[in-house]
Amino acid sequence: MGSALNPGGLWLQGISHSYGAKPAVQDVSLHVGPGQFCALLGPNGAGKSTLFSLMTRMFVPKSGQILMDGHDLAQRPRAAMAVLGVVFQQSTLDLDLTVRRNLLYFAALQGIAGAEAGRRAAEVLERLGMAERAGEVVRDLNGGHRRRLELARALIHRPKVLILDEPTVGLDAASRAAIVAHVHDLADQGMSVLWATHLTDEVQDRDHLVILHRGKVLDQGRAGDIRGDKPLSACFLDRTAPAERAA
Amino acid sequence: MPVLIAIRAILHREFLRFWGQKGRLVSALVRPMVWLFVFAAGFRAALGLSITPPYQTYITYETYILPGLLAMICLFNGMQSSLSLVYDREMGSMRLLMTAPLPRSVLLLSKVFAGTCVSVVQALAFLGVAVLWGIDVAPLGGMSVIPALVLTGMMLGALGLLLSSLIRQLENFAGTMNFVIFPMFFLSSALYPLWKMAESSPVLARICAVNPFTQGVEMIRFALYAQWNGPAILWTLLATVVFSILAVWGYDPARALAGAKRG
Repeated sequence: MGSALNPGGLWLQGISHSYGAKPAVQDVSLHVGPGQFCALLGPNGAGKSTLFSLMTRMFVPKSGQILMDGHDLAQRPRAAMAVLGVVFQQSTLDLDLTVRRNLLYFAALQGIAGAEAGRRAAEVLERLGMAERAGEVVRDLNGGHRRRLELARALIHRPKVLILDEPTVGLDAASRAAIVAHVHDLADQGMSVLWATHLTDEVQDRDHLVILHRGKVLDQGRAGDIRGDKPLSACFLDRTAPAERAA
Repeated sequence: MPVLIAIRAILHREFLRFWGQKGRLVSALVRPMVWLFVFAAGFRAALGLSITPPYQTYITYETYILPGLLAMICLFNGMQSSLSLVYDREMGSMRLLMTAPLPRSVLLLSKVFAGTCVSVVQALAFLGVAVLWGIDVAPLGGMSVIPALVLTGMMLGALGLLLSSLIRQLENFAGTMNFVIFPMFFLSSALYPLWKMAESSPVLARICAVNPFTQGVEMIRFALYAQWNGPAILWTLLATVVFSILAVWGYDPARALAGAKRG
């Protein structure tokens, strides 16, 4: 639904939220355009999960606006959610069902059934290199395959915006690298991707980078420009550690 | 139609999970069977029952407590589903359900309905055991009781959903259930008629009378004999609507009672 006035993708404008009196995120604004990979980098407790709760309508922000491909999440929640794919930090798979059944269940929640659902399940499994595991019970999969399945499921309704909350937690290096590369490919194919992480090695220089700390955006821009000559890990520590010491 | 596709999927998933957990059916049957075969056998001599509708003759105590035990299956199942909702929310699959582009009320009530359908299957299985044990119900009692079981299941499922929206942590759930299941069951007409309770304590009898679970039990009691207890149906319906509205309100993101963990 992109237009000259609204180029689509994911928009967060002036988002603030608090739990009781304690602010969780304050005046967070960011834009992830179509075809862009945005890394939301922040230490634990920075407010990343709160932002995900707000983007997935678990909460309504105290102030600010969230747009998904031009649909206001507060005004048109169903239209906004229809273009959103989510990979949560915790597993949301049904361990006792097969890979294929998990996908078909989620497809049905998105209103896709019958032969079309079967086709899409096969398509996303093929895309993630898991076609041969369609009949396996999820409980029997290893951690890497489970995360790939979560990603496959998030793609089954062909979302325009994909948000992932620390999707590589607990994975070995090879599985992490494979998922990071795959999601970058998705962005290259036109998807708006917001990838929350606290691991700097998952961010590439060409990515849009938003550094979140204590609920506020410390910096944002092209990752390569932000880090300059330093490794991103050192740059990230420089930005966040002084605030830790001052606290 | 997307809504129907989603409802069917939620139902299908609930039955697949139920089918995959054979122990759940067994435990759902064993609990009321202990009450029927052991408790009722020991208690039948202690409790004299007069002839009250829908019964037209003297009945055994086993016959009297059968509706209460059917409702107990719905009660435990409703609370077990809400326990799984709290668990699902902590584990994330409830969050996944909430991301579906459908009205939240439809998603939540579909989940309650799916749990209710499982309860009805369990209750009918137990009814079959009771009939084999020699308890008389109307020839079509197994059919006429189904709507009453569905309505009771929806009422208790909606209550469970409401509780799950209020309870933030799994650890608090078991304690809360003790304050819900036991008072609800014992302060009802499931085990003793209200007139019997009134002989001991008129106050307790009045509390039992307004307990929605009592109304569910009485609705089932009459339905087993293909009779309709109008006030019980209306009362149960009202309680279902009120619990459902409050539960959906509890899961409204603007109210933020759904209590996802922050991070």
